[in-house]
Amino acid sequence: MTTETKKIRVLVAKPGLDGHDRGAKVIARALRDAGMEVIYTGIRQTPRMIAEAALQEDVDVVGLSILSGAHMELFPRVITELESRGVDDVLLMCGGIIPEEDIPAIREMGFTGVFGPGASTVDMIEFINLSVSASRHEN
Amino acid sequence: MDATDLTSRILGGDRRALALAITHVENNTETGRAVQAGLYPRTGQAQTIGVTGSAGVGKSTLASVLAAEQRARGRTVGIVAVDPSSPFSQGAILGDRIRMQALTADGGVFLRSMASRGSLGGLSETTTGVVDLLDAAGYDIVLLETVGAGQDEVEVATATQTTVLVTAPAAGDDVQVMKAGLMEIAQVMVINKSDLAGADTTAQQLRALLSLAPAGRAWIPPIVKTVARAGDGAANLVDAIDQHQQHMRESDHAGDERRALVRSQIIALARASLYREALTMAEREGILDGLAEQVAERRTDPRTAADTLLAAMRGEGAG
Ligand SMILES: Nc1nc2c(ncn2[C@@H]2O[C@H](COP(=O)(O)OP(=O)(O)OP(=O)(O)O)[C@@H](O)[C@H]2O)c(=O)[nH]1
Ligand SMILES: [Mg+2]
Repeated sequence: MTTETKKIRVLVAKPGLDGHDRGAKVIARALRDAGMEVIYTGIRQTPRMIAEAALQEDVDVVGLSILSGAHMELFPRVITELESRGVDDVLLMCGGIIPEEDIPAIREMGFTGVFGPGASTVDMIEFINLSVSASRHEN
Repeated sequence: MDATDLTSRILGGDRRALALAITHVENNTETGRAVQAGLYPRTGQAQTIGVTGSAGVGKSTLASVLAAEQRARGRTVGIVAVDPSSPFSQGAILGDRIRMQALTADGGVFLRSMASRGSLGGLSETTTGVVDLLDAAGYDIVLLETVGAGQDEVEVATATQTTVLVTAPAAGDDVQVMKAGLMEIAQVMVINKSDLAGADTTAQQLRALLSLAPAGRAWIPPIVKTVARAGDGAANLVDAIDQHQQHMRESDHAGDERRALVRSQIIALARASLYREALTMAEREGILDGLAEQVAERRTDPRTAADTLLAAMRGEGAG
């Protein structure tokens, strides 16, 4: 007899050079308290490290937290690194300090969840739960 | 990807297939079982090493320098790092990658974080499966990091050939824990944080404990001092592990030892399955609630109630 249990696995990563991860930690704890398994990798992650972690950890969600303003440069590199590893089915979300005018372009890159500085963790959790269950339904 | 696909891709070195298969094993799916069964004949090439000990003694830091030393010796390394799940939410924060940053850009290393998921015996079931997958995938070294917590640890230790028990100076409690049975599972003892005061005292205590081991034991666990944060002692540790591996291979009783290990694995797996079946049965149709009420009112006793539950399970099996 087998019992199947599925947990939502989320990679929370901080690309780039800024050294503040208080926000990312708050999010990691909120997701854990919502029953998710959060792989937390710490600060100063290169796009390559993020993609390797997403691959090896087989996560459902990659969440990037960025405060440095380098998102328009770093996000496309993360996506390229993911694609080159065949990781094409993760839900992409991001948060931190992201100016309003960049949001359309970021969505265009494939980030379906974009959460600014005032976003609540409750909204993020709901977004993840809905999106992951929808994509699992497809498969 | 189905089990056949996953199996052949893993053997072909596809890391994504390996990651997907590990998820199947963690989730205990039919596909996961099929992949495990298909790959099992290909296991047995890797050195499998468990790193265990109390929270915060430096297991992840040590695993990282241990892996780096293995890489320096030209060996590829697969790592599974287990952290506890929250008993409240069943969620987890898996932070072992933070201490293993140095390895994450190295193609010769595969690192997977895992939550313990808390079900009795379930962890040893999963860790055994994942260690086997990494072995079959061709990693020369498979490292398993788990938090030492008594009984569960004893079972998890059956997933690997060489168990490294990590302690630190001034962790006086640890020596007590070891008296309580963890000693028996260790083939190598590490005193990490040897830069701190008290390392010599801890070493003396360990030596005294080891001298109480049954006479005629073929392998006496060596004690290795390390400062994982500075990378000190990694070479000695790898040497000690290699010596244990060589001892296993060359021992007159190598076959017996292997049979004893897989015997414990089989028992652990059977126990985990039985436990799940008992739980499923107990929760179905309110059997457990009914029994609990009877026992609470002292109309029956817990032992009899447990027998009733088992009888219901057997009835199901027969029917
Ligand atoms: N002084 C000293 N500190 C160390 C040494 N090795 C590790 N540490 C520190 O001990 C702390 C815990 O290290 P980890 O490697 O996370 O320990 P762990 O056993 O994996 O912890 P858990 O996975 O949480 O149980 C960190 O702050 C390390 O920097 C050492 O050799 N000496
Ligand atoms: Mg650790």
